[in-house]
Amino acid sequence: MQALYAQLLVGLINGSFYALLSLGLAVIFGMLNIINFAHGALYMMGAFVAYFLLNLGGINYWWALIIAPVVVGVFGMILERTMLQWLAGLDHLYGLLLTFGIALIVQGVFQNYFGSSGLPYSIPDQLKGGMNLGFMFLPIYRGWVVIFSLVVCIATWFLIEKTQLGAYLRAATENPTLVRAFGINVPRMITLTYGLGVGLAALAGVLSAPINQVRPLMGADLIIVVFAVVVIGGMGSIMGSIITGFALGVIEGLTKYFYPEASNTVVFVLMVLVLLVKPTGLTGRAA
Amino acid sequence: MSTLTDDTIPVTPRAMRDEMIVFAVMALLLAIVPFSGIYPFFVMQALCFALLACAFNLLIGYGGLLSFGHAMFLGTAGYVSAHALKVWALPPELGIVVGTAAAALLGLVTGYISIKRQGIYFSMITLALSQLLYFIYLQAPFTHGEDGIQGIPQGHLFGILDLSKPTVLYYVVMVGFLAGFLLIYRTINSPFGEVLKSIRENEQRAISLGYKTDQYKLLAFILSGTIAGFAGSLKVFVAQNASLTDVHWSMSGEIVLMTLVGGLGTIFGPVVGAFVIIAMQQYLAGFGQWVTVIQGVIFVACVLLFRRGLVGELAHFLRRSL
Repeated sequence: MQALYAQLLVGLINGSFYALLSLGLAVIFGMLNIINFAHGALYMMGAFVAYFLLNLGGINYWWALIIAPVVVGVFGMILERTMLQWLAGLDHLYGLLLTFGIALIVQGVFQNYFGSSGLPYSIPDQLKGGMNLGFMFLPIYRGWVVIFSLVVCIATWFLIEKTQLGAYLRAATENPTLVRAFGINVPRMITLTYGLGVGLAALAGVLSAPINQVRPLMGADLIIVVFAVVVIGGMGSIMGSIITGFALGVIEGLTKYFYPEASNTVVFVLMVLVLLVKPTGLTGRAA
Repeated sequence: MSTLTDDTIPVTPRAMRDEMIVFAVMALLLAIVPFSGIYPFFVMQALCFALLACAFNLLIGYGGLLSFGHAMFLGTAGYVSAHALKVWALPPELGIVVGTAAAALLGLVTGYISIKRQGIYFSMITLALSQLLYFIYLQAPFTHGEDGIQGIPQGHLFGILDLSKPTVLYYVVMVGFLAGFLLIYRTINSPFGEVLKSIRENEQRAISLGYKTDQYKLLAFILSGTIAGFAGSLKVFVAQNASLTDVHWSMSGEIVLMTLVGGLGTIFGPVVGAFVIIAMQQYLAGFGQWVTVIQGVIFVACVLLFRRGLVGELAHFLRRSL
């Protein structure tokens, strides 16, 4: 039973990353009509920024949790201003191609300097150790990742669904021209949205650094799984992305326990099943 | 919404004539390669990728479907052909048939799944499906995991053509490429191709005109996958191995890049793009990961600066169909 709970926890952690990443993809897709292929590369950048902060500047994990998303978010906003914005009005597929190119550049540069092996990032002192829950031993850091991700996801949901800013954002997603006519600076909102989505990816990167090590290709395979998550959940609903992300992580964890051979394919197989049964995705509108 | 190829020149007798002239020139140039001193292995490799890119282009350029998983056809046909040649000791012609048939079957299954969604979702689904296959091949015993299938016997095609001789192999690959290319060309200019283009331009309207667009898209997907698989089977004879690289997502990306560089929706663009990218990889092989960076830069430059690609820009400049 211990092993089952341990795999469930791993599943929840992976689910946190799926949720944070697919949430960002959904927010970006809503505003920019772009599927951000660079999301995995920017997730990796978040982890690397945390690594640099610690090893070059002696700045600890807690500051990295704030600084890395901001740095990567600003980097993302520069990408949006200099490149992505020129794709407005073109076929969506060009956005996919452009961001794929950006991902290759970012990953290639990091691979060049850091190879393909992982760099260690130690767990902050405050979160070291574990506690005995009676039925299992819980490493504190892992518990922290799950709970913190959940809080961030819900805060993002609250920001978009319940605040004035979120209302503008949703309105601009539906009809940008009309929202501009009300005097709201939509291009700036688009830039900020991209920064927010990318910042969430970087945050996930920092959270994963002590668990998965810091590797140039850490986001490359992850982003493909996240795409499958997005296909399953649809990008129409924020809450849908969060729930689908966590649920798929848990299912993956269970698979690791019951049938480990299928653990890295189970999400894709589920995607196929969902497409066969309900082609529009679980929460999605027809796209 | 601007479509991917917004300035397609209508099919006229003149356009057909231009295209046939260029085709004849291309065939002639390819035929004299063994006498030119150019390394035939390089050209053979480029031809396999050129056919692969042409097959991919059939979907994106004429059907508006961006497949981000075309490496799965390359890899699947490669593995099946390699296994058939090495373990079952089938003659080369049957090895090619078995590999291509496997790709066709894969096209039927994956096409049925992926055309359930359009646009961006289609791309994500094809990518996810190819990743699924990647993991299956990683674990399946017959692919030998990380090692791949090595040392594949080339044999005698139809019992007479000795494929271990570079010149013979070259002409076999060349004929295979030209045949595949002509099949795609014929498809594009057939009534089927016209319906496909109408789906790319406006699927709702094609549906309202009574076309069962799903059937057309599925058929195009199977055809594209089959030809891509044929290219994969040919490549087995050139490279004499089948490995996981051929199924990896980065390979799918390279196929997209070749077509984008040459020109999406142009007839000769994928061929030019394949030669450019393969040549680039040869010359820059010593630069390690910078090749990936350069590929990324080319992607970005193509999307931002010249979306028509090399051949597309040339065709636009000359006001001809190429």
